[in-house]
Amino acid sequence: DAPITIELPRPYDTHLCEPPSTTVTTTPAEIEKFFKTTYLMRRMEIACDVLYKGKFIRGFCHLYDGQEAIIVGIEAALTWNDSIVTSYRDHCTHLGRGGNVKEVIAELLGKAPGCSKGNGGSMHMYRKETNFYGGNGIVGAQVPLGAGLAFGHKYRNDNCVAITMYGDGAANQGQIFEAMNMAALWDLPCIFVCENNHYGMGTAEWRSAKSPEYYKRGDYIPGIKIDGMDCLSVKQGFAFAKEFALKNGPIIVEADTYRYHGHSMSDPGSTYRTRDEISGVRQERDPVDRMRKLLIDVVGTSPDQIKAWEKELRKEVDDAVEFAKNAPLPPDAQLYENIYVDGKGIEARGVEISNVNVLG
Amino acid sequence: PVMTIRDALNSAMDEEMVRDPNVFVLGEEVGEYQGAYKVTKGLLQKFGPERVLDTPITEAGFTGIAVGAAFGGVKPVCEFMTFNFAMQAIDHIINSAAKTHYMSAGQISCPVVFRGPNGAAAGVGAQHSQCFAAWYSSCPGLKVVSPWSADDCRGLLKAAIRDPDPVVFLENELLYGEEFALSPEAMSADFLIPFGQAKIEKEGTDVTIVAHSKMVGYSLKAAEELAKSGINAEVINLRSIRPLDRTTLAASARKTGRVVSVEEGWPQCGVGAEIAAVLMEDAFDYLDAPVERITGADVPTPYAANLENMAFPKVDDIIRVAKRTMYRATA
Repeated sequence: DAPITIELPRPYDTHLCEPPSTTVTTTPAEIEKFFKTTYLMRRMEIACDVLYKGKFIRGFCHLYDGQEAIIVGIEAALTWNDSIVTSYRDHCTHLGRGGNVKEVIAELLGKAPGCSKGNGGSMHMYRKETNFYGGNGIVGAQVPLGAGLAFGHKYRNDNCVAITMYGDGAANQGQIFEAMNMAALWDLPCIFVCENNHYGMGTAEWRSAKSPEYYKRGDYIPGIKIDGMDCLSVKQGFAFAKEFALKNGPIIVEADTYRYHGHSMSDPGSTYRTRDEISGVRQERDPVDRMRKLLIDVVGTSPDQIKAWEKELRKEVDDAVEFAKNAPLPPDAQLYENIYVDGKGIEARGVEISNVNVLG
Repeated sequence: PVMTIRDALNSAMDEEMVRDPNVFVLGEEVGEYQGAYKVTKGLLQKFGPERVLDTPITEAGFTGIAVGAAFGGVKPVCEFMTFNFAMQAIDHIINSAAKTHYMSAGQISCPVVFRGPNGAAAGVGAQHSQCFAAWYSSCPGLKVVSPWSADDCRGLLKAAIRDPDPVVFLENELLYGEEFALSPEAMSADFLIPFGQAKIEKEGTDVTIVAHSKMVGYSLKAAEELAKSGINAEVINLRSIRPLDRTTLAASARKTGRVVSVEEGWPQCGVGAEIAAVLMEDAFDYLDAPVERITGADVPTPYAANLENMAFPKVDDIIRVAKRTMYRATA
């Protein structure tokens, strides 16, 4: 597994800091892992699309296909002692933090073995044991939460950072600027990550942002713009950002990316952008294809080997779907659990007074 | 004729924009996308981008802008994609919109309408499925309405847009696609429903069921079932939460002696709690049974379908509790 050096196709743009090198060191094993993980995420999100259309998944469901390289690259540069919090587009964040496809899909189906036991659904996945704090349904609301997680790291002096992720739509939220100000005042080890997929719901970035250069929007906070469609660019960018944040305080990372699906399942994703635009990104910038191409061209993996891996990973997703479909529903008593850590005997009614549940 | 709730709201806005050039609409995805729930469909094409404004996803900012615009004399209809997101902006609704007329001793008024879906939706979890009627109705300076039928939507929204004060207009996502018979008078461009007047949707003599929004339909279904057991229920559609129609509530309680309130919001300090208090004050001597509240369960809304189903009132709950107030077996 000898190290390989790869020249990144796109340089980093920066604001108030020197860019990292565009020469990345990796290994065949790492490229293989990147390929497998992005491919697994892609298949999982496609399975979710099918499950949604089959009415197995209810409510809101926001898919991550197209953006997989960001989570994969982040997790290659950070550890699970570093904290992460994200928006409602969180299925793959959960996988990146060590969750598995079964728990994600079971959650989406509202089943007991789901990662939130069926309480949360698509937008509310968490994995405390690896410092994944959600999953937030309110646009931009997670950003100050991430700054708070960074505050905790600094307070405990544990040499870790917090990643707080938001989209280009959320980037205009006032609370983001409030959080950035305090993060900068207090030198918090916080990486503000703008996943710029260029559309906040159905609104193109230029229609909602006077300046779509999101990596510069922290004004006094340094920023870096990375190719969010390339695992290696993301890895190198985040290794740089972590080191920078630990030494200097907050930094903004703008990841230039694309979502193939609409904003959510009710949005066909084709009314405000052209089919040519979507297919162009798929052909030229697809994060899974990039890793597949590196395997073939640089590592020398045979196409048959890649096909065999793909088959295994598709089976993993298919098995998870079957598992989730057959999994039990959450028990009724769960409705009244976890409202408080210490319920102090509060009597929580059901829909009327004859059903009173004492919260322990 | 019949009309969906979506079209009733859309036509009311359309007609008010024709009537008064000061009326404009702003919110997320209200223009080019035609509304997240298509309630503003066609308005951009008809009235142009000066009067139908797509905002960034920045509730605190655009709500403040709407309130400031209203202070200055134009009439915003401020759409929240859902009232869950209005919590980002509740400071402007309460502290800016509701109180300025009072604080300025009547110099500055705020003719703004805040509208959008409220209440329980389906399968969207704790942050996107909750009723804010009790919250807003607690605040002096606001008027709070919560329509059920297509008539309600047209008459109340038109009245809200013409009202000189800030109005919180609570719609229900799950009703948007439902069709209702439209009364002949509701088709008029000047059809207005006065605030503070509840509507008796069904007259009855044995028990009063009081509800707002989607729960009115459930209550009418429950009344049909109760009739089969020989119970003649009266069903009141509140329409307006603030001002609250105490007169109609008390008159009905005096007639039937038994009252059940139905809402999707939480029990503590809820709309039903207020109704119970009003009846203590206005009709205590006439009650033959304790006022009963049917509410959303006292929990954050769960995602899983089986748990969510337990968390909100169903027609059977209304039937069972109404029978209980009649001291009849539930079987």
